[in-house]
Amino acid sequence: MSEAVLNVRGVGKRFGGLQALSGVDLRIERGQVYGLIGPNGAGKTTFFNVITGLYTPDSGQFELGGQTYEPTAVHKVAQAGIARTFQNIRLFAEMTALENVMVARHCRTSAGVWGAIWRTARFRAEEADTAARAQALLEYVGIGTYAPYKARTLSYGDQRRLEIARALATDPLLIALDEPAAGMNATEKLELRALIDKIRNDQRTVLLIEHDVKLVMGLCDRVTVLDHGQRIAEGTPAQIQRDPLVIEAYLGTGAH
Amino acid sequence: MGIRFTSKSQAWLWAVVLLAFPLVLQSFGNAWVRIADMSLLYVMLALGLNVVVGYAGLLDLGYVAFFALGAYLYGLLASPHLLETFPALMAWFPNGLHLSLWAVLPMAAVLAAFFGALLGAPTLKLRGDYLAIVTLGFGEIIRVFMNNLDQPINITNGPKGLGPIDAVSVLGHPLSKRLDLGFIELPSVTLYYYLFLALVLVSIFVCHRMERSRIGRAWMAIREDEVAARAMGIHTRDLKLLAFAMGASFGGVAGAMFAAFQGFISPESFSLMESVMIVAMVVLGGLGHLPGVILGAVLLAALPEVLRLVAAPLQQLTGGRFDPAILRQLLIALAMIGIMLWRPRGLWPSPEHGQSSPGQRAP
Repeated sequence: MSEAVLNVRGVGKRFGGLQALSGVDLRIERGQVYGLIGPNGAGKTTFFNVITGLYTPDSGQFELGGQTYEPTAVHKVAQAGIARTFQNIRLFAEMTALENVMVARHCRTSAGVWGAIWRTARFRAEEADTAARAQALLEYVGIGTYAPYKARTLSYGDQRRLEIARALATDPLLIALDEPAAGMNATEKLELRALIDKIRNDQRTVLLIEHDVKLVMGLCDRVTVLDHGQRIAEGTPAQIQRDPLVIEAYLGTGAH
Repeated sequence: MGIRFTSKSQAWLWAVVLLAFPLVLQSFGNAWVRIADMSLLYVMLALGLNVVVGYAGLLDLGYVAFFALGAYLYGLLASPHLLETFPALMAWFPNGLHLSLWAVLPMAAVLAAFFGALLGAPTLKLRGDYLAIVTLGFGEIIRVFMNNLDQPINITNGPKGLGPIDAVSVLGHPLSKRLDLGFIELPSVTLYYYLFLALVLVSIFVCHRMERSRIGRAWMAIREDEVAARAMGIHTRDLKLLAFAMGASFGGVAGAMFAAFQGFISPESFSLMESVMIVAMVVLGGLGHLPGVILGAVLLAALPEVLRLVAAPLQQLTGGRFDPAILRQLLIALAMIGIMLWRPRGLWPSPEHGQSSPGQRAP
């Protein structure tokens, strides 16, 4: 078995009277594209928000890259190595595409007020490195020529790409995409698929939360299915598609 | 400056204009130079507030509090008042506390920065309207303190104000006295002009450098989308506190300068209206864009004074039925409405990159 990038066990989260997650396990290995699916209200987004530190879990053990981490603060999780995108794109609209990606280098750089005011040699070197990496990432996702444009002026598909470039800029161990195909047309979906494939081929690890079952089945190495806050199946897409519990969760039990 | 000089000669031209400006003005009377001095102080205030509102996107309606803190710090340390209240101190400072400018400037900056962070700490989770209300309250609290701290121990001398406050001395020359250079005589107001101009240039330099740095980018990311900023690993708490502290320190320095310049301060100078005016300068000029902010500050600081010239003849025209003070306010209000209608992003907003969508897809 290869090395686990993310390994969480027994994740539980309760909102008042609703047990949103109970005892969910998830193990993602390096270089995998891992799918997390489930019907509406299954707890996908809750799980996502728990592992990225937005919600504090009631229980669970969390390991990232072999080390335990506490998902208590969003910025700490990002520093620990999980970068995310948002279901409804959240870019820094009035900043340029390049600046958007440069911002994400914040947690991997260290220049302070002193360096900024005096433009010390170290500051200048760090800035140049940040800009170069950001430009390279924009080119990597295919929007290199849009670097000087404000993020809000990009097309929908390009905004998605920019968000992915921004997430990659934090040097994450795991990149978590929250419904990246939402609102995309067929062509855009194909391009997104190619991009995620490319990211996987570069030995990066992706967690994909998606409604689009076709995309998940075509792209993911392994899939976990959630329903009512519990894991009902785990396996390769082929195994998942044959799983009676999954079929029941999605289609319901027919009237006998 | 925030303006990109296209050539060295353009920079020299600016330098000459800025240096010669008060010399031309003073020939029309010192009152004109005084207006320029006050405008420069407002530029500094607007630059400081721009760090908080323009960069980090935190609407602060109590910014004048930091101006007041700086002013009272200098007022207390450079006037006889403190020693009159605490005669015990007299033994240590028989000639009175007359701290030099170079000691007071960093003290004013640090004190204001401390209070800036103090205001920031409890408001970290607030945004927009809610933050505005809390900061507005903070501004009033400081003013009310200044107004009432004459009892039980007379610290601020209450509404009677503090004075006389020492003038600033630069290189042994008190700026309240005219300087005779042989070929030209520089009155006190002109000397203050040069001091304030130097401080404004330093402020612009600092803001400009911060804007184009890792921290400046992080501030703007917080302004644009706080949740996304946090998800990118930005520690929003620390950066917001830094913005509050840094913005406040500009206000503190401007306050100390104001106290030295006026020679007298009272709580009246630090009313809510002042805070509102500083916010208006930043917003009308162009939020987050240094040349715009400077332009806004100069216009709104100088306009009321210049309008005096317009208002007086108008008053005569109407046979004295128009009160010039009211007329001035009316004209300023009209100007502000006009700007908001025709230039909603400010008089000189940051340039629009990629106004036209760059097309459908990258190659």
